[in-house]
Amino acid sequence: MSKGEIVLGCLAPHPPHLVYAENPPQNEAFSEGGWETLRWGYAKLARKLKTIDYDAIVIFTPHWQTYIGTHFLGLPEFKSKSVDPVFPNLFRYNYDLKVDVELAEAMHEETAKAGIITKMMRNPDFRVDYGTITSCHLLNPSWDKPIVTISSNRNSHYYSNEVMIEQAKALGEACMKAIEKSGKKVVLVSSHSLSHRHFVTEAPLPEDMSREHIYNHSQYVWDMKIIDMFRNGQMKEVVDIMPEYTEQTIAETEAGGLIWMMAAMGVPSYPAEIYGYQSVIGTGNCIACWDPNNETRELVL
Amino acid sequence: MSEDSQILFGLYVPPHPQPLLSPDANAGYANLRAAFETCRKRIEESDADLIIVYSTTWPSVVGHQIQALKESIWTHVDDDFHYLGSMPYNFQIDSEFSHEYCSAAEKRGLHARTVEYEGFPIDTGSVVALSLLNPDNRIPACIVSSNMYANRSETIVLGKAANDALVSQGKKAVVVVVSSLSNRMFTEHIDPSEDRIHSSKDNEWNEKILEFFADGRLEDLSQLSREIHGQIRVQKVVAYKPAWWLAASMGQHNNYDGEVLAYEALHGSGGAVIQLTPSSGSFGDKEFDEDDVEYYQGDRNVLNKGNH
Repeated sequence: MSKGEIVLGCLAPHPPHLVYAENPPQNEAFSEGGWETLRWGYAKLARKLKTIDYDAIVIFTPHWQTYIGTHFLGLPEFKSKSVDPVFPNLFRYNYDLKVDVELAEAMHEETAKAGIITKMMRNPDFRVDYGTITSCHLLNPSWDKPIVTISSNRNSHYYSNEVMIEQAKALGEACMKAIEKSGKKVVLVSSHSLSHRHFVTEAPLPEDMSREHIYNHSQYVWDMKIIDMFRNGQMKEVVDIMPEYTEQTIAETEAGGLIWMMAAMGVPSYPAEIYGYQSVIGTGNCIACWDPNNETRELVL
Repeated sequence: MSEDSQILFGLYVPPHPQPLLSPDANAGYANLRAAFETCRKRIEESDADLIIVYSTTWPSVVGHQIQALKESIWTHVDDDFHYLGSMPYNFQIDSEFSHEYCSAAEKRGLHARTVEYEGFPIDTGSVVALSLLNPDNRIPACIVSSNMYANRSETIVLGKAANDALVSQGKKAVVVVVSSLSNRMFTEHIDPSEDRIHSSKDNEWNEKILEFFADGRLEDLSQLSREIHGQIRVQKVVAYKPAWWLAASMGQHNNYDGEVLAYEALHGSGGAVIQLTPSSGSFGDKEFDEDDVEYYQGDRNVLNKGNH
């Protein structure tokens, strides 16, 4: 068996607004559109993904929050309806997805070996979080690949952003070992926004783009700084300033997804492909990917 | 019941699923379960028209959300404790009251909305509370979220709006706050028989809070909320809000009969079942400098001032 590998790492924000705006048949709510900069960026990244040979998507989600270790989905199929508890008016999505349980168990095992508290989730009534569903739908609307969902252990809440980084690094390295041993080609997805301060009111028509803007200029400046570093392949520096960035922008990086992905990918020093940046109800959202293949890596935006 | 409140009594209960799903795994869980059952009987013996639940495990972002679907049916599974089992529920919601509550909140300057969607994910704390306190849907319920950005002013006003809605509809209620005391859990899986409060410090603070509750000193606890948040709450949200909401809805004073029915560890956190009943006696001799608030004025736009 050949050694497994990570063929792409994606930063894939999950505002449910983006699925809402697409009007897929799985979602009950109906929209007139909105947030095209992000949706068109997602469409372009989804097209790239179609050109890549891979076996599974492994996604780290902030919306399956666990305090007792890191958990992995551990049943082959989940079929239900996901209703966003925050934006139920926008997202009521009927999902039917497959899980690569073998890969999930391998990651669980390697993670435990690394000394991280971990648990397989095997309750068939468990409802898959909307972060997983939104990011996976937008990256792969045909849902023709199995996924592995990893919960986010909330080390930032219990300890500090620094502890979160150390734990997420260890988790990423353990997941990479499991992927290599599996012989599989895997796409990693870190599902989150950048700056994450929301407006606490919503326009009568949520997709009214005349009302959409970043929560404040400080968040925008920080987001641009981070994105510039993505472009320049400065991921080691991004990891270094992550505690400050997360604190200053209330960033959703607090869950550890980006650090997990960077650690699994060996902290890339090559440029990221940037597919778009736009605010959603005040939060800053960037779609980006890290392509380890020099021949297919592009300058997108 | 005091003259200006429609609330018969208030309950403070923990959000964790162990008393519902694994009460026999630990004597403490069984004790909490027994306390829930005592409260269930007291609710049944009261002439409450509904139960209003303020749940700290239902965070909202867009204002304050109020459950209004008349029949909320699903099977819930907890994010952490999924291995303890599933929690099927079928809750009857007083939709008419929920709409009135939303309207009352808006009249006090809050951004609020009702949610009426099949499959809406009712949170673990609300599911545990309503499953144990009102298992046969003898009376309908209303559930209100805890906005993750809201601080004291909003929460006080949200509590007062609950009472406004009760007065407006001439209804009497039992209010239930779903919250831990100290909320730091163990970060590893434990043998339930070895469960204990995470630290001595958490336990000492919990004991002090329970003394206040037992003395009926609700407003004192409300005024102490910021200190409690700093001392024994994991910093997941901006503030410890349950005592604010409870005091604002029931009456901002210390005229209560307090009863601590149980206090036990729940995976390290402090879980207590407490009843507060309005009375004529008072306790304490303190005055406070945190101002009362009747109407929420919104953001003060601090970020956009002083930079011209």
